[in-house]
Amino acid sequence: MTATSRAAAAPPVRDHAAERRWVGRSIRRVEDPKFLRGQGGYIADRITPGTLHAAVLRSPYAHARILRIDASRARAAPGVHAVITGQQAAELCDPMPDFGPDPARHTWRCLAADKVRYVGEGLAVAVADSRYLAEDALELIEVDYEPLPAVVDPESALADGAPLVHEALESNCAYERSFDFGEVERDFAEADVIVTDRLRWHRSGGQPLETVGAIAEYDPATGSFTIDTNTLSFTSYLFMAANTLKVPANKLDIRPVPAGGSFGSKLFANKPGVIAAMCARETGKKVAYLEDRTDNISNCDHHGSDRIYEVELAMMRDGTMRSIKIDVIDDYGAYIQFGVGHHGNALAQVTGPYTIPSVRYRVRAALTNKNQQGAYRGFGSEVNNWMLEQMVDKAARELGLDPVAVRRKNFIREFPHFIPTGNVYDSGDYDKVLDKALELAGYDHWRAEQQRLREQEGRYIGIGVISAQERSVFSATEFWFWFDEPGAPVTSTPESVTLSVDATGGITATLYSCAFWGNSPETMVAQFVAEEFDCDPYDVSVAYHGSRAGLPATGPGGSRTTVMLAGAVEGAAAKIKQKARAAAAHLLEIAPTDLEWADGGFQVRGDPQQRKALGEIAVMLHLFKHTFPEDMESGLEASKVFDHPYTTMPSADRKDLGVFYPFMGHACHIPVVEVDIETGAVTFLHYAAVHDCGTLVNPRSLAGHIVGGTAQGIGTALYEEYVYDDDGQLLSASYLDYLIPSAMEVPELAIGHVETPSPYTPHGIKGGGEGGRMMAPAAINAAVNDALAPLGVRLTELPMTPERILSALRDAGKAG
Amino acid sequence: MASEAHPISLTVNGRPVAASVEPRRLLVDFLREDLGLIGAHIGCEQGVCGTCTVLLNGASIRSCITFAVQADGAEVSTVEGLASHGELHPLQDEFSDKQGLQCGYCTPGMLMRACEILAQNPDPTLTQVREAIASNLCRCTGYQFIAEAVLAAAARMRESKEVAS
Repeated sequence: MTATSRAAAAPPVRDHAAERRWVGRSIRRVEDPKFLRGQGGYIADRITPGTLHAAVLRSPYAHARILRIDASRARAAPGVHAVITGQQAAELCDPMPDFGPDPARHTWRCLAADKVRYVGEGLAVAVADSRYLAEDALELIEVDYEPLPAVVDPESALADGAPLVHEALESNCAYERSFDFGEVERDFAEADVIVTDRLRWHRSGGQPLETVGAIAEYDPATGSFTIDTNTLSFTSYLFMAANTLKVPANKLDIRPVPAGGSFGSKLFANKPGVIAAMCARETGKKVAYLEDRTDNISNCDHHGSDRIYEVELAMMRDGTMRSIKIDVIDDYGAYIQFGVGHHGNALAQVTGPYTIPSVRYRVRAALTNKNQQGAYRGFGSEVNNWMLEQMVDKAARELGLDPVAVRRKNFIREFPHFIPTGNVYDSGDYDKVLDKALELAGYDHWRAEQQRLREQEGRYIGIGVISAQERSVFSATEFWFWFDEPGAPVTSTPESVTLSVDATGGITATLYSCAFWGNSPETMVAQFVAEEFDCDPYDVSVAYHGSRAGLPATGPGGSRTTVMLAGAVEGAAAKIKQKARAAAAHLLEIAPTDLEWADGGFQVRGDPQQRKALGEIAVMLHLFKHTFPEDMESGLEASKVFDHPYTTMPSADRKDLGVFYPFMGHACHIPVVEVDIETGAVTFLHYAAVHDCGTLVNPRSLAGHIVGGTAQGIGTALYEEYVYDDDGQLLSASYLDYLIPSAMEVPELAIGHVETPSPYTPHGIKGGGEGGRMMAPAAINAAVNDALAPLGVRLTELPMTPERILSALRDAGKAG
Repeated sequence: MASEAHPISLTVNGRPVAASVEPRRLLVDFLREDLGLIGAHIGCEQGVCGTCTVLLNGASIRSCITFAVQADGAEVSTVEGLASHGELHPLQDEFSDKQGLQCGYCTPGMLMRACEILAQNPDPTLTQVREAIASNLCRCTGYQFIAEAVLAAAARMRESKEVAS
C-alpha cells in the first residue's frame, strides 16, 4: 500500500473537548465497597447448598498412553454422583474451541481421551457432594499408563525424529513462516555493523489469586445450559463453546461473575465451564468446578510466552538502526488454542519507538509436553519489547555509544507513523516521555553514584533505561493474517453497551462481555456516562449481561476495554440524547435544533430558564406516550455496538499486514538495581516509570495498573518460571516454588504520566492496562547488565535467578 | 477419609457459634460454607499466599491450612466484622481512597493482616508496613497503594484514639 492510500484509510481525526468534568479524575472506584466488605460475589461465593463439586484427576506423566481406566471403586464411594473419564467425555463433548492452525490434527479436549500430553492434564472428573468427597474419589480411580518419551526442549522438538506430541500432525511444528517487511537484504548490505544475539525468555503466567471456576446447571425441559463463570469474554465466539457441549448457541447462557484477577489468564478459559456443564447434564444437578492452585498452575491453558530468539540488528556506526532480522521459536506446549496471535502482538510494534525501515520475522511454533500457552499481560508483545531493547543496549555497547543517545537518535517523531509491518502508531511524544523519566529517575545522580559506589565500595549498581511501546485495542486480523488462505478471516472485534434511562432519570449501563476482572469497567463506564449526562458517577448503575441474546462483544484483552467502552457509551449516549432532544423540543414547543445540552438536560439556546432535565424528559417518555407524536416509542433506552475504530486489511502477499493495533502507548522505565555478585541477588535502589497512554480517565487507577504490572514484570525478570525438568515434570507446581513477588521485592515506583491524545478515539484515550509488565522485564534486564558491564557479563535469559546470575559470573571467570 | 464429627464452640466476630465438624474440615471451608462468611478467600490452599487470612485470638492465621477443630474455644475475626453499623473501618476506607485494591480478592486477608499490624504497632514506618504485609500476596496492585492506605489508616486510628482518650 502506498503512503497516500494508507493515510486515506484512516478514520476522521476527532476534536477532543478542552475541558472534562469526570474523565481525568481519580475518583474512588465504584466497584470497591462490596470487595472491602468481603462481599465480592466471586464464583466460589455463589455455591448454593445442594450444589455438587467436581475434581479433576491430573496426569502425573508428561507423555503417556492411557491403556485402561477403572473408575468402578470411585463411583461406588460415598457421596459420589458420577465419574466421567476422558473416553466418555469425548462422546459427551466435541473438542474445545480452538483457533489454532490445524485443530483437527492437534485436537484439544476438555479431558484427555487417548493419551496425556503434559503433567497436570485432566483425564477424568469425579462429581460428589463435597470437594472433599470428590477428591477422595479421585484416589480410587485406577489408571494404567504406558509412559512415552517426553518432548520438553522446543529446539529438540523441532528436530527430525523427535517423539510426536500429536501423531496426526506428523511434526511438532504447528506453524512456520518467514515474513519480509521492507528491503531487508538491501538495508543489511548497507549497514556498518551487524549486532547478533541469542536470547531466552522462559515461561511464566498470570497466576491470579483466584483460580478459574464455573457453576453449571442443565435444564432438561428446555435443553439449556446456564454457566456462571469468572471467564466470560469473546461473547461473539461462544457459539464455539456451545458446539463443544453439542447444544445450539441459544441454549447456552454463560454469565459473568467478578473475577479475582486474570491478567489474561481467564481469557476465553472455557474448559472449567465445559467440564462443569458436562457433569451437570450427566448428574442432573448443579455442579461447581473450581480449579485448585495445582490445577491452575499445571492445567490452566494460559502459560505465557516461552521463546528462543536469534536476532541480527543492522546498525550504522553513528547509532542509526537500519534493519532487524528476528528468528523466534516459541514453545507453545501441547496445544495451540490461539494460534500464533502472540506474534501478531509482537508485529504490531516490532520496531519499537524507532524508525527501523525493514524487518524480517520468522516464527516457528513448537509443540512440546507442557501446558499450552494462552494469554498473559502483554500477549507476546512484552517479549518483543525485551528482545528489541536488549539488542539496542548491545548495539550501543559494541559501538561505544551512550544507550540513551542511541534511543533518542532513532525515535519516531512524525505521526501517524506506519511501521514496516503496516501497523500504524497514531500519536506519541517519545522525547517528552524520556526526558520526564530521566528527571524522575534522578539519572545523572545515579550515574555519579554508580561510579562512586563502584570505586569506593566495590558495589555493582546498574541503571536500565528502556523506551518501548504499548499497543492497544487489537483487531481480529492479527489472528489470521498468518495464512494465505485463512479459515476464518473475521474482521470484527466490537464492544457493546446498552444505556437505559428509567422514569426517574436514573441511568443503567449494561455490559456484554466486559466482566469485572480487577480492571475497573464499572468505574470507567460510570465516568463516561457522567461525562455525557452531567450526573454523579456513583449514581450510575452497571449490569452485566450473559452471552445468550447478548450484543456482539469481545471483553478485556489487548488493552482494549477502556477505549472500546468509551466508544460504546459515546454512541449509546448520542442515541439517547437524540431522542431526548426530540422529546424535549416537543414538550417545549420549539425546534430540536434550537435546543442545546447543558447541565444534565436540554435548554433553549439563549434562554436557559426554558429547559427540561433528563429526568423530566424520561418520565414523560416512560409514562405519557400520548403526549408525543405517533412515531415516538415509549421509553428511553439505546444500545451501541462499537466496532473496532481503525482496521485495514492485510495485502494479499502479506508484505503489509494492514492496521491492526493502532492506538500506540509508550513508556520509559528506569530501574536502579544493585547486584550482589556473591549471592546473585538483585535489589532495587530506585524505580521510575513514565507512561503515555493518551488521555487519562482515572489517573490513580492507571498508576495502580502501572505498579501492579511492573510487579509482575519484576516476577518475570527475576523470579517466576514454570520449570519443567528433562522428563517434563513440573517442578514449580505450587507457590512454594513458583515465586510471586511480595511487598519486599517490589520497590516504591516514582510514576509520571504524559498525555498525547489519540486522534482517533473518544477523548483521545489509549489502552494502558498492560504497560507495566510490557516494560519492566526489559528495563530490569538492562539494569542488571549495566551493573555487570564492568565484569564483561551480560544476562540473556529470563528470569535472572540468583543461580543464572552466578552462573553467568562463573562463565566469565568473575564469580565472587 | 471422612470420620465422625466433632463438636466445637467458638466466637466469630464477637458472636458465639456452636457446630459439629469433621476433623478434616478446614477452617476456611467452615467459615465460608457453614457460616456463610465468604470474605475469607481461598488462593493457594498451601498456606503461602495469605488470601485466607483471618485472626485467631487476635493473631493472623492461614485458614486454608487450619482445621476448624483447631479453632475450638477461640475467638475468630473475619473481614465481615470490620465495618461497624454499616460504616467502613478506617482501613477499608483508606484502601478505597488510595485504590489499595483492584480485583479485591486478596483484600480481606490484607485488611485482617493490617489490623494485626496496627494493633501491634500503631505508628509503623513504610518499611515496617511493607515487611509486615509481605506475608500476603497481591497480584494486582504491586503493594504500593496498599502500604499507603495502611499508613493513612494508622494515622487516622491514632488520631481517633487520642480524641477518645
